[in-house]
Amino acid sequence: MSDSTSPATTSPATTDTASGPDYILQANGIRRTFGGLTAVDVEHLQIERNKITALIGPNGAGKTTFFNLLTGFDEPNEGTWKFDGHDMAGVAPHVAARMGMVRTFQLTKALSRMSVMENMLLGASGQRGERFFAGFGNGWKAQERDNVERATALLERFKLGHMREELAGGLSGGQRKLLEMARALMTEPTMVMLDEPMAGVNPALKQSLLEHIKLLRTEGRTVLFVEHDMDMVREISDWVVVMAEGRVIAEGTADAIGADQRVIDAYLGTRHDIDLGDGQ
Amino acid sequence: MNWSLIFFNSIYTAVSAASAGYCLIAVGLNVHAGYTGLLNFGQAGFAAIGAYALAIPIVEFDWPWWLALFVVFAAGVLFALLLGVPTLRLRADYLAIVTIAAAEIIRIFMRSVRFTWLTGGSDGINGFTKTFEGWNRDYFFGDKTFKFGAQSIDGYRMFMLIVGWTLVAIISFLLWRLMKSPWGRVLRSIREDEDAARSLGKNVFAFKMQSLVLGGVIGSLGGVVFAMQQQSAQSDQFRTNLTFFAYTIVVLGGLARILGPIAGTLVFYFVMQLTDNLLDQATRHETLPTWLVDSGNYAQVKFIVAGIALSLLVIFRPQGIFGDRKEQAFDVR
Repeated sequence: MSDSTSPATTSPATTDTASGPDYILQANGIRRTFGGLTAVDVEHLQIERNKITALIGPNGAGKTTFFNLLTGFDEPNEGTWKFDGHDMAGVAPHVAARMGMVRTFQLTKALSRMSVMENMLLGASGQRGERFFAGFGNGWKAQERDNVERATALLERFKLGHMREELAGGLSGGQRKLLEMARALMTEPTMVMLDEPMAGVNPALKQSLLEHIKLLRTEGRTVLFVEHDMDMVREISDWVVVMAEGRVIAEGTADAIGADQRVIDAYLGTRHDIDLGDGQ
Repeated sequence: MNWSLIFFNSIYTAVSAASAGYCLIAVGLNVHAGYTGLLNFGQAGFAAIGAYALAIPIVEFDWPWWLALFVVFAAGVLFALLLGVPTLRLRADYLAIVTIAAAEIIRIFMRSVRFTWLTGGSDGINGFTKTFEGWNRDYFFGDKTFKFGAQSIDGYRMFMLIVGWTLVAIISFLLWRLMKSPWGRVLRSIREDEDAARSLGKNVFAFKMQSLVLGGVIGSLGGVVFAMQQQSAQSDQFRTNLTFFAYTIVVLGGLARILGPIAGTLVFYFVMQLTDNLLDQATRHETLPTWLVDSGNYAQVKFIVAGIALSLLVIFRPQGIFGDRKEQAFDVR
């Protein structure tokens, strides 16, 4: 797949470790069809640990479907994929999340009639008070205090501290994106999958979102995100995977991808530079 | 018009033991529809199961009351599992379809001729309250009659009134604890968006099932209280309209509020009984034109008038008595 971009592919992988790149996610032969339509047909894809990987592609390329498949929200017709060494086929979405693979949604899913703080606390994993009979008692309160502390720190980091008691339904679109990301971090994931984190976010907020995503890498997490804006992608991603019509058509560093003819064709059509006017 | 009787009787009806039973049915439904967002339209089925699971073991098999109460719990849990296993993985509408049908199946089974030997058919079952009447005689009010204005209340009804509302208080307190806990938080997150809950590692199916079982068992206890105060289990009292009354009560009081079903019950049965009494008295004295309402049809007209009154309450206070207007604004689904 990456023959034309091979000079670029080797650089980020080999500079890290002598033993070769460490892949947190490896997918093989993933196919998902809806009736006669093949939405996803990915022969091979691997995501390197502790890197920011962007998944780009024109509308309808199958990016979100592929996300759904990886996280267990949808099941492929065939294919295998491993996350952190675990075979993930047939794993339910909540189990995938507990294993450290947490996602956000293209259409933000803020829990509207719950407060920002409640949204955050929901993210904490392994809560004692979530067991039915424990809920009656007070045994969960110490753990809850720790979670509140962690949530407060995260909300401060995402500049939502002043909103903690507001209902999440009252947040702006951009704030909801921030809340969703902060909430995902409450689960202490090893891999964060962001489905269009920048959609509908104003430019000023975009910049801070970018910083937040970079910080995830600094913290040692792996990021896979879907995005349309090439400037954003170029700025933060270590690796770019391009999908079109369900397939991975190219991958490489952002610069290499920007120059790749197949990518330009996928986005603009193969004849985009031909003038269709009467000059023909 | 006998205003004193109208007034005191309407208030008594709102706080009677029967209302306590209805209240529990609504409390259970509030767990489903209010907290979890489960559209259970078969709450009457849970209530029917409660009433009959108490009555049948005591009358037909001579079991002690506590064993019968255990059967009530077991039957409530079983019915919830039966409804939940096939439907909770599907979209919310399927639960609504299955529950409304299942509740009718239960009721029709209870009144069927073939099973009269077990359920008493359309006559229902009587005579399962002897132990409770004994408690009243020995430790409470016996044959004493209570005066509440123009309304008189016999000892056993007063005893059941106290038992019923005590049960409402205990269950509401426990629910309040539970809904404040992280467990309750997960339920509310499922109501808001179950995929979001899933993406955060919550086993949505398990929580929905727990909610269905909990609310169902509370509804069964409501059926128990209702049958106990009436000293009879009657299948036709568990028609679908009982479920709709319970929905009205929950919405009236405020969805997902602990005190909601309690306030809702008081208002609902006060309005219903007040309308009933007013129309009854009016037709007796022919205060209203007879082409509109007479002694033959006032029982039906009552539902029209009460329906309008309740509609107005909901229109002017859509969030219910205890609801939060702010939350209402974000209810966009």
